Amino acid sequence: MELTSPTEFAKGKVASVQEYTFLAGQSLANLFKRPIYTGDMVQQADLIGFGSMSIVLSACFFIGVALALNSATTLGRFGARTLIGELVAIGVVRELGPLLAGLVVAGRNASGMASELGSMVVTEQIDAMRALGTDPMKKLVTPRVISTMFMLFFLTILGDLMGLIGGNFVSSVLLRLNEREYWNTAWQSLVFSDIIIGLVKPVIFGFIVATIGCYYGLSTKGGTQGVGRATTEAVVAAMILIIAVDVFVTQLLMVLLGAT
Amino acid sequence: MPAPTSPLDSAAAATQDHVGSAIVFDDVWLSFEDISVLRGVSFKLPFGETKALFGVAGSGKSTLLKLALGLMQPDSGKITVLGREVTHMQEQEMFSLRGRLGMVFQESALFDSLTVAENVAFRLMEERGIYDDEIDRRVREALRFVELERTVDMFPSELSGGMRRRVAIARAIITQPELLLYDSPTGGLDPVTSNTIVELIVKQRDVSKTSSLLVTHRLQDAFTMATHQFDTQTNQMRHLPRGHYCEVPMSFLVLRDGKVIFDGDVHQLAHTKDEYIREYVS
Repeated sequence: MELTSPTEFAKGKVASVQEYTFLAGQSLANLFKRPIYTGDMVQQADLIGFGSMSIVLSACFFIGVALALNSATTLGRFGARTLIGELVAIGVVRELGPLLAGLVVAGRNASGMASELGSMVVTEQIDAMRALGTDPMKKLVTPRVISTMFMLFFLTILGDLMGLIGGNFVSSVLLRLNEREYWNTAWQSLVFSDIIIGLVKPVIFGFIVATIGCYYGLSTKGGTQGVGRATTEAVVAAMILIIAVDVFVTQLLMVLLGAT
Repeated sequence: MPAPTSPLDSAAAATQDHVGSAIVFDDVWLSFEDISVLRGVSFKLPFGETKALFGVAGSGKSTLLKLALGLMQPDSGKITVLGREVTHMQEQEMFSLRGRLGMVFQESALFDSLTVAENVAFRLMEERGIYDDEIDRRVREALRFVELERTVDMFPSELSGGMRRRVAIARAIITQPELLLYDSPTGGLDPVTSNTIVELIVKQRDVSKTSSLLVTHRLQDAFTMATHQFDTQTNQMRHLPRGHYCEVPMSFLVLRDGKVIFDGDVHQLAHTKDEYIREYVS
């Protein structure tokens, strides 16, 4: 394997960041230029939203169960098991629901987008599209970005609900606690800033998933092996970026909303 | 034509050439990292003419078509397509110009998630937004031209290699472009299927008189094109008598190591003294 000089390596990384930034900006700017591919957006929303629903809901349910089980042990030491609802609600709505939905959708859809667009690149379909006078950024990237942002928002709301149901399952069935009390503490513990933090994140995560998936797909080089590499890199990059951005967005929103 | 006598006359003559040519390459250079692909390529494709472009694999033939389409930018030199300089044209501007061109890709490049009809109708659907009766009529007309009307509802994966090339031709010609670019349309096909594709190209050339640039490494395809004419009465390609060539002007261009080493008609090609070309031709 040929070794790359540090300068060339750094130049390559800077160029990649530059290209990604351009693609990300263009994907949103295209919303204000004709034509707008509404049909493609609906189709992508179906593929991304409904296609990911079962895995997002089940993952969120089990994380709610796990969170309740773990917190029950700790809270039990202080005789405060009745606060499980509060802990699960805040944990799921503010952090785990959006994060888990983002990661699951990244695993499923960033890879799907990278492999689909990557295959189109290596079979010259992207060049053919450009040759036929159609902008692949408008036709392929923008509908995926908008649909993922939109659908992840709603998937997160449903995921949060499933997480709370999972917590309730542990609370009422396994720990024999009062069900009404669980929902009551869960509801009362949530404040405006929790909801806002929990609903802004999935929109940002959706943007990351789609732009990373499309970027790696459109940058594919080297035939079918390149498609495989792009797919893997897209999933890894999207997941790392989601977790990293989550930290900054949480802190930023907490400061902005005075929730510190 | 008298030789230009002043720089102004020279500029005027150059402009005249560009106006009268579908494609003009003027001293075009292109490298990928340290490898020179094109080294000062210059040629013209006059309106109404068909030019066959030869060269061994890796000589830069397909790259040349991508440059003409604006899918790539040269390092230096000037490329004019249908009277407009594309060398530094923005991608958004290129989209409108590409609407006047048709391109048949090497491996067809059909959209595998769309049916044959949707592939052929792609450009029209982009303009109108929906697949209406008028589009359907034109799709069937284009598919009838390539004798594949029965494949309307099939997907590209259900077609043979030759059928995919024919669908790609139908997709390229549906809007009746002013210039057609063919990238190795017979590459990887058996001789019988190749002949069918060549016949379709000859049919398009003789019926529509569209300017065409055809990249190929199969010399026999280009010779067939030069020595045959499409007969609309019999709907077949017919061989012209010895010494007669097709009515539509046909020329040949040979690339070697990124340079043009021959640009002329079939007669000049057959009588060239260049050893490399003679070996290539034989």
